[in-house]
Amino acid sequence: MNAQAARTPLVEMRNIHVSFGGVHAVEDASIDLYAGEVVGLVGGNGAGKSTLMRALSGARPPDSGEIWIDGKHIAIGNPREAKSDGIETIYQTLALADNIDAAANLFLGRELTDRAGTLDDTAMESATRKVMHRLNPNFKNFKMAVKSLSGGQRQSVAIARAVHFNARILIMDEPTAALGPAETAQVRDLIRQLKAEGIGIFLVSHDIHDVFDLSDRIAVMYHGKIVGTVKKTDVTIDEVLAMIIMGKAPGEATAGELATLHG
Amino acid sequence: MTEATGVHQGSTGSTDAPARRSIRSFLASTEIDTRLAGMIGALAVIWIGFNVLSGGLFLTPRNLWNLSVQSSSIAIMATGMVLIIVSRNIDLSVGSLLGFLGYTMAMVQAIWIPTTLGLGFGQPYTWIVALAVGVALGAAIGGLQGFIVAYGGVPSFIVTLGGFLIWRGLIFRYAQGQTIAPMDATYSFIGGGPAGALGDIGSLIVGALACVALAFILLSSNRRRRAYGFPARPTWAMATVIAAGSAAILAFVWVANSYFWPPALATRYAEANGIIEPLGGLQIPTGIAYPVLIMIGVTLVMTYLATRRRFGRYVYSIGGNPDAAELGGINVRRTITVTYALMGVLVAISAAVQTARLDAAVTNLGVQNELDVIAAAVIGGTSFSGGIGTITGAVLGAVVMQSLRSGMVLLRFDSPTQDIVVGIVLVAAVGLDAALRRRSAR
Repeated sequence: MNAQAARTPLVEMRNIHVSFGGVHAVEDASIDLYAGEVVGLVGGNGAGKSTLMRALSGARPPDSGEIWIDGKHIAIGNPREAKSDGIETIYQTLALADNIDAAANLFLGRELTDRAGTLDDTAMESATRKVMHRLNPNFKNFKMAVKSLSGGQRQSVAIARAVHFNARILIMDEPTAALGPAETAQVRDLIRQLKAEGIGIFLVSHDIHDVFDLSDRIAVMYHGKIVGTVKKTDVTIDEVLAMIIMGKAPGEATAGELATLHG
Repeated sequence: MTEATGVHQGSTGSTDAPARRSIRSFLASTEIDTRLAGMIGALAVIWIGFNVLSGGLFLTPRNLWNLSVQSSSIAIMATGMVLIIVSRNIDLSVGSLLGFLGYTMAMVQAIWIPTTLGLGFGQPYTWIVALAVGVALGAAIGGLQGFIVAYGGVPSFIVTLGGFLIWRGLIFRYAQGQTIAPMDATYSFIGGGPAGALGDIGSLIVGALACVALAFILLSSNRRRRAYGFPARPTWAMATVIAAGSAAILAFVWVANSYFWPPALATRYAEANGIIEPLGGLQIPTGIAYPVLIMIGVTLVMTYLATRRRFGRYVYSIGGNPDAAELGGINVRRTITVTYALMGVLVAISAAVQTARLDAAVTNLGVQNELDVIAAAVIGGTSFSGGIGTITGAVLGAVVMQSLRSGMVLLRFDSPTQDIVVGIVLVAAVGLDAALRRRSAR
């Protein structure tokens, strides 16, 4: 044990394997995350980023490998178990039920009820108004099915759902993909704010600039494997791009190869 | 468009004529479901149309009372079908299952209890034992079908198509095509008929209680919304809704009480009770029939389950986006299984209503009921794409269908013509609904 390891990581995923049929979507991937840290997870299409995160969120439990939370080995068999461990996820698809309103989506699976088990819609709407006010003050359509909301509004409902339940670990899969510039800036501010509150965040993104801007460390995936995890301050964007495109760790890629990236 | 959770349509288009806008703002402040209002309007048109065409035969207490009884069995099942279709499934087995459960309940009261167990006819517990057996068996069979759909991964269309064949086949297996009759005397009340009704005093009490409950529910929900500082119905809108609702309830009671026992039955009753019949016969108000009371109770319970319980919220979210429901931590499979078990219970209740009404179980009991039930749900605004549909809509859908049939009978249309008209109405209603939905989505 070295000095760095004295602090227990919030999340440790060890030797995770996930395969679909005969295809290894994630192979022997290990990654960790500390409280108050943003770890960017980047890689090309099909590199296995979302699959690795789905193993953590319980959406698709891994075939083998271990997940440790706060130094405790735990099993995550479904999304409910992940949530009870403080893991919240904003999926790329948002995972909203289009036909019900914002409050019903926010509390989906965790509805507030009175003692008789009757849904307390008024209390849920009240809580939703509070959290939405913080995230997106312009949000007014509390009684509308989320299908009739704009992309940005839908995104803020998905984000509100993740942050409302005191997540300690937040997985954000392409949180700004569907957003305009103003809304993207809002999400970036939110990520900084949540990080300052001590929440650990996995940020999955295609946008290398987003990742460089927000992350403390960057993990690069290539064909299902983690090529390397680097401190943002130790690398250049070009080096990370080389990892993404060629699957080579920093230093492995030659200057010539790096130059071709800008071809 | 309005949704199951009571979501409200915002005012869209600014190009509307002022009259339309004021209707819309009236609907918005009273929070009346626009789709439901449209259906009630369509029903009014059908009723008035038939009344004119039949020379005033349709809107009589007698016809309306019969209409309410005839609608009840399909309406009871339609409330369950809504939840199944909302969660993107289907149940084609309800007609056959109704026959099978009806037969089983008939066997219990006409053969098994009195003869096989040797306990004799007319026991006070016979009706409730028969009903309990039917309901339990319905829940078990429905639950089994649901389990195969949810956990076995067999499409619901196939599972219930199998059920459609199996349950009908089993009827022949254990009755050899015989009619089982008569039913237990108490059990027969479930089917309605002059004796199976509340009478005038009972109907008035039920009506008054319903008005009080309506006012209480609406006022307490408004008070809660005010307490949280949310927009709530203005007082005038509240008063309008309560007044209109109470008027509808009392009108219904009045119609039911205006239908008197048929003279022959009244005469027999008078003789049996030593009453001397006045000139023109004894006028005994019938009141609300028990099957109608059951239908209203089922509608209330199912609406509560669909909109105010986690179970209903899960059903609708599964219909809206099954992946989201799964990722939200909902046990999708168990929820689907429960919708089918619930359907089985409702089929058992309808089976009791139909066998009690016939005072017998016949082999073609419930034939084609699955189509009527699905049609009622769909005419009532349930969408096959999932996630959309209301219990009250389905009940109204059943009443619309029965009104069409009953009106055509009055006009002496033959049965094939009735089928053609109902078929056209079904397709037209869904087409209109889809067009309106597309317009409101823009």
